[in-house]
Amino acid sequence: MTIVQNTPLVGTSLERLEDERFLSGRGQYVADVRKAGMLHAAILRSSVAHGRIVRIGLDAARALPGIHAIVTAADIPQPIPRIPLRLVPLPEFAPYHQPVIASAKVRYVGEPIAVVVADSRALAEDAIDLIEIEIDNLPPIGDRDVDASGSFLFEETGTNIALRYHTASGDPDGAFATADYTRRETFQIQRHTAAPMETRGLMAQWDESGPTLKLYGAAKVPYFNRRALAAMMNLPETSLELIEVDVGGGFGVRGEFYPEDYLIPFAARLVGKPVSWIEDRREHLMATNHSRDVGATVEIACTKDGTITGLRGEVFGDMGAYIRTNGGVVPTAAGMFLQGPYRIANVDITVLALMTNKTPVGTYRGPGRFEANFFRERLLDMAAADLGIDPAEFRRINLIREDELPYSIGKRAPHLPDAVYDTGDYHAAFERCLTEIDWTGKAAVQGRLIDGRYHGVGIASFVESGGAGPKETSRFVLEKDGMVTIAVGSSMLGQGLETTFSQIASDALNIPVSAFRIDHGSTARLADGLGSYHGRSIIVGGSAVLDGAEKFRTAVIEAAANLLGRPNAELRFENGAVVSDAGASISLSQIAASRRPDDGLLSVDGIFLVNKPTYSYGTHAAYVAVDPDTGRVEVLDYVAVEDVGRAINPMIVSGQAIGALVQGLGGVFLDHLIYDEQCQLLTASFADYLMPTATDFPSLRSVALELRLSPTNPLGAKSAGEGGMVPVAAAVGNAVGAALQSCGAQPRTLPLSPSKVWSLIHEPAATAP
Amino acid sequence: MSRKIDITLTVNGAAYAHAADTRSTLVDFLRDDLKLTGTHIGCEHGVCGACTVLVDGEAVRSCLMLAPQADGASIVTVEGLGAANGELGALQRAFRKHHALQCGFCTPGILTTAHALLTQEPDADADRIRDVLSGNICRCTGYVTIVQAILEARDAYRRPADAGTSR
Amino acid sequence: MKLPDLDYIRPGTLQETIDLLVAYEGEAKLVAGGQSLMPMLAFRLLAPKILIDISRLPGLNAIDIGPDGVRLGALTTWRDIERHAALKTAHPLLAAAIAHVAHYQIRNRGTVGGSLAHSDPASEFPALVTTCDADVVVHGAGGERVVKGSEFVLGAMTTSLEPDEMITGIRFPAWPAARRWGFEEFARRRGDFAMAAAVVFYDLDAGGRAADPHIGIIGEPERAVRLAAVEDLLTGRVIDRDVIAEARAIGEQAAQTSDDIHTPAKYRKALIGTMIERALMTAAGLELRPVAA
Repeated sequence: MTIVQNTPLVGTSLERLEDERFLSGRGQYVADVRKAGMLHAAILRSSVAHGRIVRIGLDAARALPGIHAIVTAADIPQPIPRIPLRLVPLPEFAPYHQPVIASAKVRYVGEPIAVVVADSRALAEDAIDLIEIEIDNLPPIGDRDVDASGSFLFEETGTNIALRYHTASGDPDGAFATADYTRRETFQIQRHTAAPMETRGLMAQWDESGPTLKLYGAAKVPYFNRRALAAMMNLPETSLELIEVDVGGGFGVRGEFYPEDYLIPFAARLVGKPVSWIEDRREHLMATNHSRDVGATVEIACTKDGTITGLRGEVFGDMGAYIRTNGGVVPTAAGMFLQGPYRIANVDITVLALMTNKTPVGTYRGPGRFEANFFRERLLDMAAADLGIDPAEFRRINLIREDELPYSIGKRAPHLPDAVYDTGDYHAAFERCLTEIDWTGKAAVQGRLIDGRYHGVGIASFVESGGAGPKETSRFVLEKDGMVTIAVGSSMLGQGLETTFSQIASDALNIPVSAFRIDHGSTARLADGLGSYHGRSIIVGGSAVLDGAEKFRTAVIEAAANLLGRPNAELRFENGAVVSDAGASISLSQIAASRRPDDGLLSVDGIFLVNKPTYSYGTHAAYVAVDPDTGRVEVLDYVAVEDVGRAINPMIVSGQAIGALVQGLGGVFLDHLIYDEQCQLLTASFADYLMPTATDFPSLRSVALELRLSPTNPLGAKSAGEGGMVPVAAAVGNAVGAALQSCGAQPRTLPLSPSKVWSLIHEPAATAP
Repeated sequence: MSRKIDITLTVNGAAYAHAADTRSTLVDFLRDDLKLTGTHIGCEHGVCGACTVLVDGEAVRSCLMLAPQADGASIVTVEGLGAANGELGALQRAFRKHHALQCGFCTPGILTTAHALLTQEPDADADRIRDVLSGNICRCTGYVTIVQAILEARDAYRRPADAGTSR
Repeated sequence: MKLPDLDYIRPGTLQETIDLLVAYEGEAKLVAGGQSLMPMLAFRLLAPKILIDISRLPGLNAIDIGPDGVRLGALTTWRDIERHAALKTAHPLLAAAIAHVAHYQIRNRGTVGGSLAHSDPASEFPALVTTCDADVVVHGAGGERVVKGSEFVLGAMTTSLEPDEMITGIRFPAWPAARRWGFEEFARRRGDFAMAAAVVFYDLDAGGRAADPHIGIIGEPERAVRLAAVEDLLTGRVIDRDVIAEARAIGEQAAQTSDDIHTPAKYRKALIGTMIERALMTAAGLELRPVAA
């Protein structure tokens, strides 16, 4: 490799390297993986929310031509494996782990009861229609008062409250007892979910001779899933290869360990042929993790001049019927981020995890943060109004100043150490946002009826963590042709990591991006990898790439030293070649070609260890107009300002911010998983589950700041994928509240659907949470 | 009962004679029978637009059309949108330039929709583009960059020789 | 979500189609554009033995404009209507209302006959047929018959079509050039089914008063209906802001709504009133009232 890469690529908006295959229809997603003799699976799911299985009649289904196997709990080795927790593995959650298939009881609509393997998906669905299922209904648990009826999802625990913990800092009782002003409010964020455009899917291929299993369709956390599946199947991890092909979006829900991640490999092993299961959209909406569905009662204490002296909150998360791999994150993070970027000395937070007969929850982009920011920022606006203080001024008084950083908010969750905000200029980001939205100028329209619509501007600030440790790994391999393959433990779900990792490696080694191939395709490549979540891929994964690049340079020089017969100290890696002070030179291709067959390929392992998260922060502002007759809210302008530390690729950072923003606006106005009193899901199609389309939110802006580098990683990066999402409900809620101030309307619950907003205006008494 | 019936059609300029199952949708036929997996299935009930292809020049949801209904039709899928030299066409290049795709799953349906639109209305403005795109769901981008990319590609469609497929 | 087990046939003539309908005794479904039928099949809400593809039957996709009015062949698509320049003057209400139907790709395939046969209470075309006194031309084993638009749709997804019958055309009465009209619709998102809509038109008598007003609404659970109470109010009145305010109130009162997951009944009633108000404002050439703060 002799081409010189002179200008640094990190910090430039390089066009994405992965785009060509997506644009030409050559992406390979899991439904595109075909093997000879491959069969197709479909899953019979419970149509009852809570009940005892009395009988499963399979005769008619089995008699159908083209059916190879029908698997029920009776076929699975006992005890039926249960899905382990990946995050927040609290002992309190132990009784609530999900079994991979329902046996005695069903606990939500969508729970797997049987797997049919057939020549085609259509035939498998035909067979499912013929399975006779008898279930004795039990009273479903659906609302917040989970223990009121005496019906329990897990009788042995005698409660539907899986977890309750309490954290405090300072003297909250004292602060509230002596406060000039207090206000207490209850808020609720509706159940909704990520709904990536590609549903989940798996293709399992069992080879009895190994025995080995290849499982296509892995995403997000393949190495964790390999570990979990190996344990469930009683196989060594090395017998399993989880393969990540292109993934059509994740946003938290895709790639976690679900029942099918066991059932489809089990079925493939049973029938001895490759088995493909592609989740359809109806199943997706009832089987893939739901999220949000967190409420809170929050109370604020202030002095008359607007200094916040105390914050108390009780946060309750509806977990659905089981605690899934990362479900515990949702309510615990809501408790964690309730305080936000404000100086509050006295804080008291209780968190409850409630079990209900609904689809289990997991994380969705900005888990807990979207909710917590809404609760707090709405309460801040109400308090500011009560105190007669401008909402911006109220925040200025209380936002943590840079000279107060690092700022510890203390221990806010039983499974985490003290949270310490690291670096930043919260005020600078805040003021930038106010300037962008023209806060001062907009005072003229605030709350006014203009051409039949109420106008309002709202602001909201946030701080959020990213870059979870403890580590990530990479492996640099010099291929025979001189190309450098970089195997990474990070996963790719559309974030453009093939590009950004190549940018990082390119700068580190000063060779062009075309010299690299980013390999995230298989768990066979590395011993371990932690994957992609919590805004960690650039921060931790990118730092592992950087470490690998440095080690690669050393190893290449070492190899060249032997070949050139010069000491290491005389050699430099320049322009894709190792050169000596004396003028000798050997290219990567030549080094690769000179390897003896026994030596194998030159390879080095990179690793990055970190035990602290990064804290990104920022402020959003929304300008809305509300039609009082229809309840329609139009977002006239929206500005998202976030300090991302360092943007590896500003174009991608902007894409993440705007994309997250529109998802957030969906969560504010549209996305809603609705259940009836029987815990039947009423929104199991895209005709009923509504998401933003191109006409909904055309006027959006994002500003990515690089004010303060993160101290946790050599790139200085903070997470950039979630900041566009986390304060959206807060900012819009405040804007709608400001617009409707003359009606006394206060958004406390989402979604702000037209009917909800209309009710806020026309029947305010009916809209308490 | 379903059965196989013979159909003929052209896809991206190539002629096919193939037996289609009477209960097969066009998208399943393209993906499973013709192995053209560039067209994606996002919902299978006609809402998300991921499966959009051109049938006789019109953008159509291929999950809402039976394969036998395509007998005799001329179809263009994302695989047929490239320039004649095998490189990306102007619309595709504009998508890459403007970061109008992230995970790429909805992209084929959006490209085919935009291609149909600009072929018929090369002067479509941003409002018209958003109006037409409202039948395609993208969960990654927030649509802003998609609209920018399509606006930029209009020039190439005003001079059809550069627009990519002429097949 | 694969389709249920079914056969497919594509007859060449109307008579063959009717013969097939007769032979299958109610176990066949007609498919043309399939834009309503295919999702129902995907969810297996229907399981016909066979689909009879009428999409290529000759002579059923014409738009004829004559002195008697506008005749749409049953296979006319939304895009055919959208692209038909003369329709914009021959029946401007039809052209305007159809602009709200679904999305680009669906508009290329969806047909007027399919929409009417499907008769979703939230869809635009059945509301137009009802409000405009259109005639529905139907062919069956017994030959042709003509059903009055207001009698064609019996309820949600229910029509007066017999199992051996199909719609072949819809005839809208002639539209006087001076007729005043308005169409207003409210949906969650662009192209979604209407939560409420108002279809209004009236002629002006020599004194500038409304003659023969037609006020149709979408928003009732069974089907689009005309609101006689509002029509009675408007008849013989000059349509000004006060009359419109009254019409809104009466319309809101008269509409019979029910809850669905996105639309509480009470809200929908109010929305219907608002749609009537806005459609009448358009018809009367009035600006929506700018209100000072």
